[in-house]
Amino acid sequence: MSTLLTRTVNGLRDAGRTAVVPFLTAGYPDLQTSRRLLAAAAAAGCRLVEIGVPFSDPVADGPAIQLASRRALDAGMTLAGAVDLAGHAARELGLVPVLMGYLNPVLAYGPERFGAACAGAGVAGVIVPDLPLEEAAGLRALLLEHGVSLVDLVAPTTGPGRLAAYGRAATGFLYLVSTTGVTGAGVGQDIAGYAARVRTHCALPLYVGFGIGDAASAVRVAADADGVIIGSALQRLVAGAATPDAAVAAVGGFLQEVTAAVAGVHRDSG
Amino acid sequence: MNPSILRTDGPGRFGGYGGQFVPETLVPCLQELDEARLAAAADPSFAAELALLSADYAGRPTPLYRARRLEQAWAPRARLYLKREDLNHTGSHKINNCLGQILLAVRMGKTRIVAETGAGQHGVATATVCALAGLECVVYMGQVDVARQAPNVARMRLLGAQVVTVTAGSATLKDATSEAIRDWVTNVKGTHYIIGSTVGPHPYPTLVRDFQAVIGREARAQILAKEGRLPDRVIACVGGGSNALGIFSGFLDDPVGLFGVEAAGSGLGHSQALGRGRPGVLHGSYSYLMQDDEGQVIPAHSVAAGLDYPGVGPEHSHLKDSARADYRGVDDAAALAACAEVSRLEGIIPALESSHALAFCKEQLAKEDPHAAPLVIVNLSGRGDKDLAGLTEATP
Repeated sequence: MSTLLTRTVNGLRDAGRTAVVPFLTAGYPDLQTSRRLLAAAAAAGCRLVEIGVPFSDPVADGPAIQLASRRALDAGMTLAGAVDLAGHAARELGLVPVLMGYLNPVLAYGPERFGAACAGAGVAGVIVPDLPLEEAAGLRALLLEHGVSLVDLVAPTTGPGRLAAYGRAATGFLYLVSTTGVTGAGVGQDIAGYAARVRTHCALPLYVGFGIGDAASAVRVAADADGVIIGSALQRLVAGAATPDAAVAAVGGFLQEVTAAVAGVHRDSG
Repeated sequence: MNPSILRTDGPGRFGGYGGQFVPETLVPCLQELDEARLAAAADPSFAAELALLSADYAGRPTPLYRARRLEQAWAPRARLYLKREDLNHTGSHKINNCLGQILLAVRMGKTRIVAETGAGQHGVATATVCALAGLECVVYMGQVDVARQAPNVARMRLLGAQVVTVTAGSATLKDATSEAIRDWVTNVKGTHYIIGSTVGPHPYPTLVRDFQAVIGREARAQILAKEGRLPDRVIACVGGGSNALGIFSGFLDDPVGLFGVEAAGSGLGHSQALGRGRPGVLHGSYSYLMQDDEGQVIPAHSVAAGLDYPGVGPEHSHLKDSARADYRGVDDAAALAACAEVSRLEGIIPALESSHALAFCKEQLAKEDPHAAPLVIVNLSGRGDKDLAGLTEATP
């Protein structure tokens, strides 16, 4: 099915561009700075952006995103607030936002209402790390009715049968978890072999995330991926900045460095 | 109540509750565990090995003890039995599940075990079976619990386990569980996660219940032998709910009242997922959950570390909705009082978790028609030695 996300990622691939996708926790360190961080991402040439919906118990996340989630919740961020922020990113900054968050806040908000809110705000995709294939059919169908893709994650442990099933169900891009582990723990080995294995089962663009901490690892991954997703490294830059201005400068500078480095990568496959 | 986007069918579903809400990384190994569980269930040598260890190592069967001094004090016409899970090796029912799971882990070729613990009873049981099997053991425990259950921390370390203190969030069982899951996601290849209760993604709620069902099988046969009839009611405390499901499962198809007792806590909060929560997803399954309007999990509170959990096993959610079991709350003060009373009247120091069930038993008997002569079993799930520091502060 053609969704906004499908059109966006296919457009980037057809243009020969490897996407650099920043993940930013909504409301971290505060809403105003979140908006400025998104603007910095747009200025660095990012087209897609992941907006993290904070959750109290993020089991797939390492310390950096756990901390960002905790702080964002303490500052009052909600699922509705994250959808609003995504709407701002789409409307004001021309970004294509994808929300990433755990299932329970979606259930509490109401899945139908959530689908409608996503469509209204211009959210292109939704990533739910605790919703594997067998549990995902209901939310996938509901979101697609609103023209929104449910983005699936596959892992190094995912076998051929499941990869094929994901290949049939997924729209937009497929999210390759680079390693067995939580976010921010380092990139897995042999991304080339892993990506090649996934490509035999799935024709969608492949975006690799989890543990891409610097421009060098982004470049390494970009050789075999259609997109690289960077999360924990950005939250660490925010955590380490003394002021909101410093956070925006650090994240903007980092993303410019990565987009420039990745733009120079030549890919033979894809 | 089940949102339309969630499946209501499939394995590991209890009336729409349960499921497998975990990162994709873990799904293949949950499937591997499910296959190992089913293969073991079909293999008589597995049952024989587990039965031998249960008898010679853990000390089963545990006695069903008639508590006459409690009867005199609480309701002279009642007949009150305690299922003595406190007499198991390691001091609680937790060993039943750990023995079963370690045998599965060995069959799957795993070399490393991770576990979460609240009161430390499951951590001690896990450390024990790991010593027995010669496997590496890492136990995650919240900082608050490390402080209030110090004897169990010392026991785990003596048994050779590494105890990792978790400082995130409320620094109790919920956060220890999240950290154990993160470890498992990271080390999934050679590691088995011995979850301690009937919670988590499928197949854990079923697997743990089946290993705890020995409590109910024994209790049913014992009460029939002693009294010639089934009990009127069975009472157990509920945190995640494994000791309760263990004993309930022996009576599910009988006309026996089943009462699960959650921790009503104090002014600081409570742990009543079933009594005061609403369904949601935490740690891999859809079940009743303490959460706010935004779907963020509310930290639990109880004087009993083992009940200090905002979720509950999905089968309990189904038993609640289908009205097959009743779930009630008992607060910290009543549990502490029951602990002291049972210690003095029976010479048995119950765990603070089990003391919630005892307190509810007393409360219910006090409200009863004085001419009634009910036959009651309380599952005394663990012993209170671990709670001595807190108890001596609270008891005059």
